[in-house]
Amino acid sequence: MTYLHSPILIVAVPLLASLLAGLLGLHNRKFSYPVVLLAVSVAAYESVVTLITVINHGTIHYHIGGWIPPFGIELVVDHLNAFVMVIVAVSSFLNVIYSKESIEREIGEKTVQFYTLYLLLISGLLGVTITGDMFNLYVLLEISAIATYALIAIGNRRAVLASFNYLILGTVGASFYLLGVGHLYIATGSLNMADLHDLLIPLYGSKTVLVAFILMMGGVWIKMAFFPVHAWLPNAYTYAPTAVSSLIAPTMTKVSVYVMIRVMYSLFTPQFVFDNPLWQDALVWCAVVAIFGGSLQALAQRDFKKMLTYLIITEVGYMVGGVWLGNRMGVSGAILHILNDAMMMLALFFVAGIIHRKLQDHNFDSFKGLFRKMPWTMTAFVITALSMIGVPPTGGFFSKYYLILGAIEAGKWHFMIALLASSLINVVIFFRIIEIGYFKLTPEKSSEKSKIEEAPVSMLVPLLVVSVGLIIIGLYSGDIITNIIQPFIPSGIAN
Amino acid sequence: MELVIAKYNYVIYILLMMIGFYAMIVKNNLIKKVIGMNIFQAAIILFYVSIGAKRDATIPILEHSSNPETVLHTIDPSHYINPLPHVLMLTAIVVSVSILGVALSIIMKLHSRFGTIEEDEIIEQIKR
Repeated sequence: MTYLHSPILIVAVPLLASLLAGLLGLHNRKFSYPVVLLAVSVAAYESVVTLITVINHGTIHYHIGGWIPPFGIELVVDHLNAFVMVIVAVSSFLNVIYSKESIEREIGEKTVQFYTLYLLLISGLLGVTITGDMFNLYVLLEISAIATYALIAIGNRRAVLASFNYLILGTVGASFYLLGVGHLYIATGSLNMADLHDLLIPLYGSKTVLVAFILMMGGVWIKMAFFPVHAWLPNAYTYAPTAVSSLIAPTMTKVSVYVMIRVMYSLFTPQFVFDNPLWQDALVWCAVVAIFGGSLQALAQRDFKKMLTYLIITEVGYMVGGVWLGNRMGVSGAILHILNDAMMMLALFFVAGIIHRKLQDHNFDSFKGLFRKMPWTMTAFVITALSMIGVPPTGGFFSKYYLILGAIEAGKWHFMIALLASSLINVVIFFRIIEIGYFKLTPEKSSEKSKIEEAPVSMLVPLLVVSVGLIIIGLYSGDIITNIIQPFIPSGIAN
Repeated sequence: MELVIAKYNYVIYILLMMIGFYAMIVKNNLIKKVIGMNIFQAAIILFYVSIGAKRDATIPILEHSSNPETVLHTIDPSHYINPLPHVLMLTAIVVSVSILGVALSIIMKLHSRFGTIEEDEIIEQIKR
């Protein structure tokens, strides 16, 4: 019974450790980092254990304080939860190892406060994925969001205004979500997800429930930067400190996608969501525009990190489109893409951080000769780029493959074309960088013998782990689909 | 018209929400934007508080008295006010206060860096 209390530990350990890191840090600044590392390792270990338990024994219900739901708050871990939780916990673990050096370099004096916020963000994200209560989810979403606003504002001179805009839009998004929860509460008198699921089935004709659904969806779309409401993301993520953008890029938007899937398939049923085909059409079209718009904007950028932020918008388009295809293939592909996208964004932002450390900027023109100077970093970059393009056997190929199969089954040809076109645009985007880095040499130094000046080991190892992980995930994606994703997909969904 | 009078609480909350929304979108001054954001959140808090309220209802606490026959026991749900939305709003108020704090400190940081809190002037300075 080692897993008896692991669900609560996953949230409680980072939360309490964030306070502890702050308190110990007052005494001596050096104490806070070991606390952070320990807390994140415990969370990562427990979430992996929980995932294995869920695969073997099914859904875990944990009643906080022994109060029986729907009266008490319940933590529910099913396959989807555990999957997203492992992604969040492991990417934060790798991030903490990776970013120690960059935090000390970029933040300077205020590392203690930084680590406190950092752990609050991680515990908020883990809490969002694990909770079984709608209002609890709102509070934890806001905990992670408030920590993010402050963390982004630490960045360079332009980050502060970007953070302010994000704060305004993020608050509107969360408020819409809260309003949606209020409408559900009026209709049913419950806040527990499983309880709401049962109570809502007889109420599907009600306008209150429909309004609640729309409000909640609108809220999470703002939070995940889905196409019409994506404008806050590029600036906020570009100007944030290295350690922050490499944590929020793989996790924040993916957790919001998880919330959307949870609301659509666990709170409501596919019968309700896909009752009116107009919604599905509109959403898939929005996803198509997000994919095209994000890719073309990324193509227009000359700044590496800014280009990556536009690619996040593209990837959000993939996932939302896949979920709204409403068939087994599309939803599996979208959930698998949560994993792949998190890994790819983690690796790409790691690369961005390493390059920034080396060159002090992200402009493509200064990438000349990088392959000679940093062979390991650029090898990892090439693997990730191949995954972004969708070359087998990397992970990116398989999720895209499932998404395309889903699009064909649903007859959404425009979505399939958008997926293929975005792959092609990714080829141009990434091979342009590879060309500059590999073939163009810096004129004055080409005569000298190029020296290898790699990043420190603490930055390089997490990057290599992620990029090798991309290939391993690709090879085992069949197992991930059958063991983790298929058990989640609700029975009401078309095959 | 009768509908408006019967459901005036919803009308008021929508009006407040739109005032807040307007301020967030249109105003150029960052402090005014934050005020708009706070009105927006207050509207939602009022909405929650109003859905729990009932006319001629009491608090959800059992009364004790030496004479059991004179005490009105409010066990029937229609006799007492639902406390849960109010309790939820305590948490939401805490959230909105923390967001307000972060927003104000971000504005202070902007002011110390750019010497202004007008959005267009800040953007002009950034572009230069």
